[in-house]
Amino acid sequence: MDHGAPTDWSKDRASSFKTRVGIWMFLLYAVLYVSFVLINTFEPQLMGDDLGGVNLAIVYGFGLILFALMLAFVYNAICSAAEEELNEPESTWDLGEPEDAQVPATVAAVAAAKEEAK
Amino acid sequence: MYETSFWAIAIFVAFVAFVLYISYYFARRTRSAKGYFAAGGNIHWSVNGVAFAGDYLSAASFLGICGMIAMYGYDGFLYSIGYLAGWIVALFVVAEPMKRLGKFTFTDALDSKFNSRSIRLTAAISTLVVSIFYLIPQMVGAGTLVTPLLGLPHWMGVVIVGAVVIIIVATAGMASTTYVQFLKGGLLIVFSIALVIVTLSHGLRLQPNQANGEPMRELATLAAAVGEDGQVSVKDPNVAVLAARTAGKNTFVKLQRDGKESWWHLAQDDAGLPVLTEAHWVTSTGQPVQDSRGQSVTTLYDGVPITDSQPLQAGHIGRLVFQGQARTKDMENLGLLQFLSAIKESTIIRFLKADVTDGDDKVSVYYQEATAGRDIMRPGLKFKVDSARGATLTDKLNFASLMLALFFGTAALPHILIRYYTVPTPSAARKSTIVAIAAIGLFYMLTLFMGLGAMVNGVVDLTDNNMSAPLLAKSFGITLFAIISAIAFATVLGTVSGLIVAASGAVAHDLMDRFFNMKLTDRGKVGAGKAAAIVVGVLAMALGILFKGFNVSYLVGWAFAVAASANLPAILMLLFWKGTTKYGIAASVVVGMVSAVGLILLSPDMYVKYGYAAADAPFGLNNPGIVSIPLSFLALVAVSLWTRKHRPIEVAAAGK
Repeated sequence: MDHGAPTDWSKDRASSFKTRVGIWMFLLYAVLYVSFVLINTFEPQLMGDDLGGVNLAIVYGFGLILFALMLAFVYNAICSAAEEELNEPESTWDLGEPEDAQVPATVAAVAAAKEEAK
Repeated sequence: MYETSFWAIAIFVAFVAFVLYISYYFARRTRSAKGYFAAGGNIHWSVNGVAFAGDYLSAASFLGICGMIAMYGYDGFLYSIGYLAGWIVALFVVAEPMKRLGKFTFTDALDSKFNSRSIRLTAAISTLVVSIFYLIPQMVGAGTLVTPLLGLPHWMGVVIVGAVVIIIVATAGMASTTYVQFLKGGLLIVFSIALVIVTLSHGLRLQPNQANGEPMRELATLAAAVGEDGQVSVKDPNVAVLAARTAGKNTFVKLQRDGKESWWHLAQDDAGLPVLTEAHWVTSTGQPVQDSRGQSVTTLYDGVPITDSQPLQAGHIGRLVFQGQARTKDMENLGLLQFLSAIKESTIIRFLKADVTDGDDKVSVYYQEATAGRDIMRPGLKFKVDSARGATLTDKLNFASLMLALFFGTAALPHILIRYYTVPTPSAARKSTIVAIAAIGLFYMLTLFMGLGAMVNGVVDLTDNNMSAPLLAKSFGITLFAIISAIAFATVLGTVSGLIVAASGAVAHDLMDRFFNMKLTDRGKVGAGKAAAIVVGVLAMALGILFKGFNVSYLVGWAFAVAASANLPAILMLLFWKGTTKYGIAASVVVGMVSAVGLILLSPDMYVKYGYAAADAPFGLNNPGIVSIPLSFLALVAVSLWTRKHRPIEVAAAGK
């Protein structure tokens, strides 16, 4: 069986920009995560220091989870804006796709199933 | 031991029936390879995001982490942080390129530039190795769960899960798997929120109820004296000391009190005077004893045959302090921060285990350890990291290595990566990853409250802390318990389906179709995929039964370490280094996989399992990531540079 071209979104002109943003955000988070691991490893008693009713361990730990979520939203906003700006309407792949049209999940699934049954 | 609940069975059966209906519904619509391996590539990103959570949050996450937090506090939560942080790698680095480059499996993506048989073979083997490591603990866990929850023997749990999963996967592949995972992920999060709300409103009590709703058995304290020769005696004339044993720094004595034998731990009271605190104990008898129904048993809980006994559950607040004041009344309706803050200030009674011998019997004593809340809310009770408490550099490296593997492992797990092919576009891949981070992050934040809730509510099963979250639910009522139990079981279904689809794709698509060039038709590939799913499913059942009774949760750690070492360097370098060659990728996968597995086999933990001393192990760390991940990178760079020098034409092709 011919493997063929795996995808047809090669015209995404925002791709390299998104990659660059992704790497920088990844590095930012990696620095915070590595610092967290290093404090836990080499200065664990620092983690027990009081901070806002709880301690550094709790604040940093929850902070890492919440910050991941915040970065994710920011990244998505930047990427979506870039996709819109850099890809002209007629040549883009992301117009009319389910996420932009806000098709409910079930409808999308049924549509997919119908298409496949053809 | 545990009483089975009608509602737990009813809810579980309803869930399974619904899952089978979904499979039947999608089966008629799944005839193409794209339909089978990638759910047609048309799953909405929000559904895919929640399905990611259902795929990723395995029994190890739900039961294992809650249990570890219930036992060790913050150290268990470190797993939550590491498991979630790994999704950052998935989002920022892996998500869109994986979707762009691949078709059905992550092997496709690795191979997309090279069309190389060596990459297909090595990546497919790595997929199978990681999937099997991950499968075994899930299947064993399924068996372990059914015993207390549904009252069935271990093998039946394994067979039920295996059979249901084979039906899910062999009928409609990724389509039904996706909706099973979506359902499970959604239910798990909703009811974890419910459990945390109930835990907080129940609050912190001085006398918690046990999981069976009865007040916790109060453990006594006796004044004692220690002679100059170390002999322990009790002042109470009605109590006789039958035996004394030491284990490490601890002394345990067996007493005869009110005509009953019991084990006690020598401790000090607030004034520094010697006291004996009552312990729980599990006896492995040298000679079988008869239970109330005349069956022979060799395990006793607190001196009672296991079959006649309630599970040993314990853990409570020793001294409740909030905002600097000792509290003599229960604190109810707490906020999230109040709950954490009060535990930090209080003293919690945890139960630690020590093994002693008593004639022909082996006795595990679970003794009370008053632990300061401050120590519970910071690292150190499980991971040895504090130099002041004797942590060595090896201990520290071990911890750092684990955290490294969790960070880099997530984005390299094959059953996670295949989810990127079920959405239509790279941007949908990105958005679904964000939904996954939100769902999984929320769940992991809840684990801390569920785990600590179990720790202070007298529900931690001393012989198996994995049951902490369901038993916490049980202490609040049988309905919540039934739901949480059914979800715990469903958790296994969702994750196992994902793993079997990944393994099936590796066999049918990567190996049969692309490596052995079997020229399968689209239909033929679906057939091969289904056959592979059945074979892997049956294999998983066999392994689940074979490994019964082994504590195999460390295998999930292996899976992360192997994935992080074998797959991630190849993925990263393929994306970001133009000099990467096909031989470099194949070398990286092989070196990462072999070094990770090899170092694990040579690790202290494994040496203990072989029956040797931990100190004899040639490799000092239990977590290989810190060595094997850099080795894999090194292999990729070295082999790429070498082959590029010798094959200049390929560089041009690879560097496109």
